[in-house]
Amino acid sequence: MFSFEFMQNAYLAGTLIAIVSGMMGVFVIARNMPFMTHTLSEIGFAGAAFGIFVGWTPLNGMLAFTTVSSIMVGELSGAVESRRESVISAISGLFIGLGILFLSLSRKNSSYATNILFGSVIGISRQDVIQMAALSVLVLIVLLLIYRNLKDDSFDSVGAQTNHIHSRLISLVFLVILAFNVSVAAQIVGSLLIFVLLTLPASSAKYFTHTVVRMMGLAIIFALFGVWIGLYLGYLTNWPVTFFIAAIEAVIYGVSLFYNFIRSKSE
Amino acid sequence: MSETLISVENLSLSFPNHPVLSDLSFQVNRGDFLGVIGENGIGKTTLVRVILGQLRPSAGKLVIQEGVKIGYVPQFRNVDIEYPLSIKDFIALNFTGIKLPWLSKKERQRVKKVIQQVGLAKIADRPLGLASGGEKQKAYLAQALINQPDLLILDESTASLDPNTKKELLDVVLRLNREMGLTIFFVSHDMQMIHEYPDHYLWLQKGKYEFGSIKNLHNENKEGQYV
Repeated sequence: MFSFEFMQNAYLAGTLIAIVSGMMGVFVIARNMPFMTHTLSEIGFAGAAFGIFVGWTPLNGMLAFTTVSSIMVGELSGAVESRRESVISAISGLFIGLGILFLSLSRKNSSYATNILFGSVIGISRQDVIQMAALSVLVLIVLLLIYRNLKDDSFDSVGAQTNHIHSRLISLVFLVILAFNVSVAAQIVGSLLIFVLLTLPASSAKYFTHTVVRMMGLAIIFALFGVWIGLYLGYLTNWPVTFFIAAIEAVIYGVSLFYNFIRSKSE
Repeated sequence: MSETLISVENLSLSFPNHPVLSDLSFQVNRGDFLGVIGENGIGKTTLVRVILGQLRPSAGKLVIQEGVKIGYVPQFRNVDIEYPLSIKDFIALNFTGIKLPWLSKKERQRVKKVIQQVGLAKIADRPLGLASGGEKQKAYLAQALINQPDLLILDESTASLDPNTKKELLDVVLRLNREMGLTIFFVSHDMQMIHEYPDHYLWLQKGKYEFGSIKNLHNENKEGQYV
């Protein structure tokens, strides 16, 4: 399997994605942002379609759109928490429409849309892997820099207010690195299912361990397991990798819920 | 004469068409245990928010001595049954700033110390979401203590507790005050508690207030006027 360069690239990219998504996912869950993550992936679809339309790579198109829109969502919804879901819905709808428009205007065949929406293992070049690695390192550096304040704001927003944490700034920085994360991860799992890696591993991890660092570690393990096995099964069966990754992560989540149910009964 | 940590002079605060605090004057000295009482909605939390710098007074002034560190235990917290962090990790959240992600040795020792002070050592590794109401309040208290405050503000920390758990928490607070000299600003609508623990009281009432030594309150026998 590893004699094919595209499989080497897919495993390298998949490993990066699993590590970054596992770490970021813990904060996505703590900040109650799965819906926002899903929306960023839809915006990513529009960005990729725009990239194709203007002759950029889909990744660059995604980066441009998700970064700008994450700032828009942050600014529009930041002041009023209850407004956030409505703002996200409006932006999400607008961008899916734009994605469809750009695809139509660029006159590319439907396989482009399929690749963006569902991901593609074959399409990842060594150069893509290098760009993805650079972006992943950037996300991790920013995450480390804001780690303590982000942790306080995410796991105790009421307490963070009295610690004079600049919550809106932290939210904005987090949204931007989340946009980078989504754009990178969409290359393998596709923009439709990126939220799988950003939500399910972290949601599962919180039932087994109770410190942020350990939750991040376990979420990375769950994400890596899904991506590695998913790629392997995709290679064996020629079925979509995305299906396997989503199915494995959903099973892990189901088992975690069951474990929590059994544990709470026995206590 | 004891050192004044907070000095409030003729402080008023109004929301549009709704005066909340009017012409309030009092001071909090180092080592005081001040009980702030008043019915729900009378402006107790508003006063706390002014002290914390989250609201500006409409008139008058509030001076906090330079360098005074305030620890705050808020009235409400977003902690449900699935809240994943352990009590220990929750307490350490208050170590903020741009620093290394992991705790230093000094910070770990400090976490251990405050956990012992509030009596949570045995369950420090359990998820906070599964803790009882009293244990949660102790964890919130420990978190507020982590940065070694001079003044500790507790906002209705005993409101949802049964009598035994309430006494247990208040005994911890009293010990912090008596043994460590920590200044306490305890907000409550529970008149009974005010008679038993604080040495000073600030009683907010509609359009007026009373401030003084708790002995005066005993003498005037106002116990149980409302709960």
